[in-house]
Amino acid sequence: MTVLDTVPVEGSADIAGPGWTAVCRLIDLAPERGAAALLDGTQVALVRLLDDRVLAVQQHDPFCDAHVLSRGIVGSRLVDGSDVPTIASPMYKQVFDLVTGRCLDRAGKDPVPGLDPDLRTWPVRVVDGTVLVGTDLLGTGGAP
Amino acid sequence: MTGTPEAPSSARHLVVVGGGMVAQRLVEALRDRDTAGSWRITVLAEEPRRPYDRVALTSWFSGRSAEDLTLGDPQLWHDPLVTLVRGDAVTGIDRTARTVTTASGRTERYDHLVLATGSSAWVPPIEGADLPGVFVYRTLDDVAAIRGYVEDLASRTAGPVRGAVLGGGLLGLEAAGALKALGAQPTVLQFGTHLMSAQVDLGGGEALRRLINGLGIGVRLHAETTRLRAHRRGGVGRLDLADGGRVDADVVVVAAGVRPRDELARAAGLPIGARGGVVVDDTCLTDDPAVSAVGEVACIQGACLGLVAPGYAMAEVTADRLLGGAARFPGADTATKLKLAGVDVASFGDAFATTPGALEIVWADPVGGVYKKLVLSDDARTLLGGVLVGDASAYASLRPMLGRELPGDPGAYLLPEGGAGAPDLELPDDAGVCSCNNVSAGAIRHAVTEGGCTDLGAVKACTKAGTSCGSCLPLVKKLVTTELEKLGVTVSTALCEHFALSRAQLYDAVRVAGVRSFSEVVARFGTRAAGRGCDICKPAVASILATTAPAHVLEGERATLQDTNDHVMANLQKDGSYSVVPRIPGGEVTPEGLIAIGQVAQEFGLYTKITGGQRIDLFGARIDQLPVIWGKLVDAGFESGHAYGKSLRTVKSCVGSTWCRFGVQDSVALAVMLELRYRGLRSPHKIKLGVSGCARECAEARGKDVGVIATDKGWNVYVGGNGGFTPRHAKLLAEDLDTETLVRTIDRFLLYYVRTADRLQRTAPWIEEVEGGLEGVRAVVMDDSLGIAADLDAQMALHVEEYEDEWRATLDDPEKLRRFAAFVNAPTEPDPSLAYVPERGQARPATAEERAAALRGEPVLVAGSTLEVR
Repeated sequence: MTVLDTVPVEGSADIAGPGWTAVCRLIDLAPERGAAALLDGTQVALVRLLDDRVLAVQQHDPFCDAHVLSRGIVGSRLVDGSDVPTIASPMYKQVFDLVTGRCLDRAGKDPVPGLDPDLRTWPVRVVDGTVLVGTDLLGTGGAP
Repeated sequence: MTGTPEAPSSARHLVVVGGGMVAQRLVEALRDRDTAGSWRITVLAEEPRRPYDRVALTSWFSGRSAEDLTLGDPQLWHDPLVTLVRGDAVTGIDRTARTVTTASGRTERYDHLVLATGSSAWVPPIEGADLPGVFVYRTLDDVAAIRGYVEDLASRTAGPVRGAVLGGGLLGLEAAGALKALGAQPTVLQFGTHLMSAQVDLGGGEALRRLINGLGIGVRLHAETTRLRAHRRGGVGRLDLADGGRVDADVVVVAAGVRPRDELARAAGLPIGARGGVVVDDTCLTDDPAVSAVGEVACIQGACLGLVAPGYAMAEVTADRLLGGAARFPGADTATKLKLAGVDVASFGDAFATTPGALEIVWADPVGGVYKKLVLSDDARTLLGGVLVGDASAYASLRPMLGRELPGDPGAYLLPEGGAGAPDLELPDDAGVCSCNNVSAGAIRHAVTEGGCTDLGAVKACTKAGTSCGSCLPLVKKLVTTELEKLGVTVSTALCEHFALSRAQLYDAVRVAGVRSFSEVVARFGTRAAGRGCDICKPAVASILATTAPAHVLEGERATLQDTNDHVMANLQKDGSYSVVPRIPGGEVTPEGLIAIGQVAQEFGLYTKITGGQRIDLFGARIDQLPVIWGKLVDAGFESGHAYGKSLRTVKSCVGSTWCRFGVQDSVALAVMLELRYRGLRSPHKIKLGVSGCARECAEARGKDVGVIATDKGWNVYVGGNGGFTPRHAKLLAEDLDTETLVRTIDRFLLYYVRTADRLQRTAPWIEEVEGGLEGVRAVVMDDSLGIAADLDAQMALHVEEYEDEWRATLDDPEKLRRFAAFVNAPTEPDPSLAYVPERGQARPATAEERAAALRGEPVLVAGSTLEVR
């Protein structure tokens, strides 16, 4: 599993550094709600948490084959004693760990044949109020 | 061989004569246990239908359909080992040849024969008893005939239809209740000193008479009918009494008792009891070891028993014996519990204190209409029997204690609630809890401890306890909960890991504390500070706040709580697009309105379908198109239909008295008024209403959470109906209300539901589980038993006052509109994965194969959304 940098970096200079794509401003994202972004034809779900951390997972829902995950309810769940931020699919209510992309609750269903139940994730940085996504991983499979 | 669907060639043949409740139970019990398929069964029924719940016949008048009365799992009759022959009476038995013959000439050879022919109503030899308009009360055909006769009379005569019931026993009171339900004015003529004299004592009978009078049913005691006289229009018109009195009656129901139908057995030479009935031993066998008799036709331990519970017990004994068991009839449980239009009567054990030395403890409240009596052994410790009239709530817990010592002061069991209070009874394992299905307390405990049942529903399915008359359900529920708690299984009502409270508790907490935001709710009532809710509790809290502190769904922090449907105020479909439903109150729409909807559908290429709720659903709208679509709909005068919400959906109506030849009230006007009143009301689950303008019920109102049906005098209101996974017919809550009372009643019903139901619990299961069931709901909304009615009224007034159209408010607010961007970095770029193909002249989502074909460049798509430019 690739460890991803999802901690906001304030005031860093390399806004347009190689591999990072500026997507939107932080204030374009509503706290505790997701938003879809289109990155070079790939749909990504961005989620801004209450502490202004921004996390990115695939917008494609492996359990229904539709691009809807950003429209799910953002919450938290106790996993092994610590709170992890989650998003629940708006379609069939599977719950995913927003940090690792892992499916925490399949809600009694299997993913669409051929699809991984866990989600791809992308590293995100917030620099001077701009949300940057690590797009060099876009074509390479990402994590996990 | 185990449970094979094919009858083994060695299978023996059981022939059951009669298709009533006891026959049904016998077949059910035998098929349940005979996994090897050693018996194939033929049931020969005289009536042209499947066995039905004869005990609940009266409920057929208050709206239950014949289908509702069907017993058990209908699959039973599809079992290849079971043959049900309907509408063919058995005419003879040849015990030597072991055959029976039927009216149609069918001959069945049996290895074992069971007589389950039941009883017939006994009509005393009175002159005029054969006049038209004189009925008995036994079968569905009987009650259908009574209904037809009364309705016909009512339509032809100006005054009220007067009814007389001969017999003041259990059946007579049922019949009187049925006549009352049909709008007739019944009088019960009882030969003896008091009503239900076989079950209750004089004091109880007197209390019962007052209660029955209060329902508008006349009672005459010591009334011996000597002759029935014809009216000049034909049909019965008057009864002459032995004391010289007369009673005018347009319809007469004879409920003077039943006689066992033992004629087949007599003709076959089987021993018959002194007062009729086929004599059987404790194993239900007759003199002939190849012939048994069960139910009302059997004379067991010297008597014929006219109750269903002993009949069921005989069916169980017979099933066991047929499979080589050693079961014996345990003795008759003649306990009776009756509910007649809200009047409770129960009688059990030695109700008349015939045991030598027996003591009686009586509590009587003539004002409140309550009479309760316990019969105890001479040391005042052991419970021998009892009579409960007006309040039989103690029946479920007392009856299983028969023959056992009552802990504490026996008087405590009779006092009204709020008095000293009855101590909790710990039932012994062998105490019977469900007498309809013969389930003991031990069997219920076993279902929990060994059977793995973890809730009431599972225990009901596993043991059948509480599945017939339901009177024992509160007790079953208590046993299940106690047992689960003993097992250390926390019967958790917690909403989720973020809240330890149930939805109802959280609702009360939020309402009383007056908190207005999710953050406050989490801080005050959450389980831990760090938790930020989840997809379970967030929409639940949003729903609670919607009625305790009304505000727009997308107002501030509330927006984060909403499910996607509420968040974009449309219904998510399988491909990620949404559907749009404008409100069409009562299903009434102008041609201009239809054209406007049609134009929107045409412009955006939306698949268009009429819904079951009498409105129009437009499918295939992208998230970014929703504000544009709604701008046009709002301009055309439409508002949100809340098809996306756990909230009021529609009020369906028939066309009503303005156009319909049969309508008696203006159902459309009422439906429109109700829909506009309750629009936007957030609730634990979706709510649907229906209004029918007459009893023909074209609006299918009884399939709704609240159904209103017009009568000549006002409105009848039914509650707890729904379609869906477990369809339910709504049950009668109140009759003949004027419009103002009706609205107030629905206001309170809906808010009581909103306050106390579980998350995603529809009204039908809520009514089953809420304190006191339907009676409890009625007490709260009609009689204000909790003293909250004024509060509920004020809350509904606030809802009506605060209502605004969510879509109009959203269109006026640029901040809210930002939520509808397709992509945060490309707000109007359509989702490239959406694709549609034509079908029957409209668009539908492309299948995965079709999308794959399109990617290969094959020409299957009409409209990939990326091609669509607007």
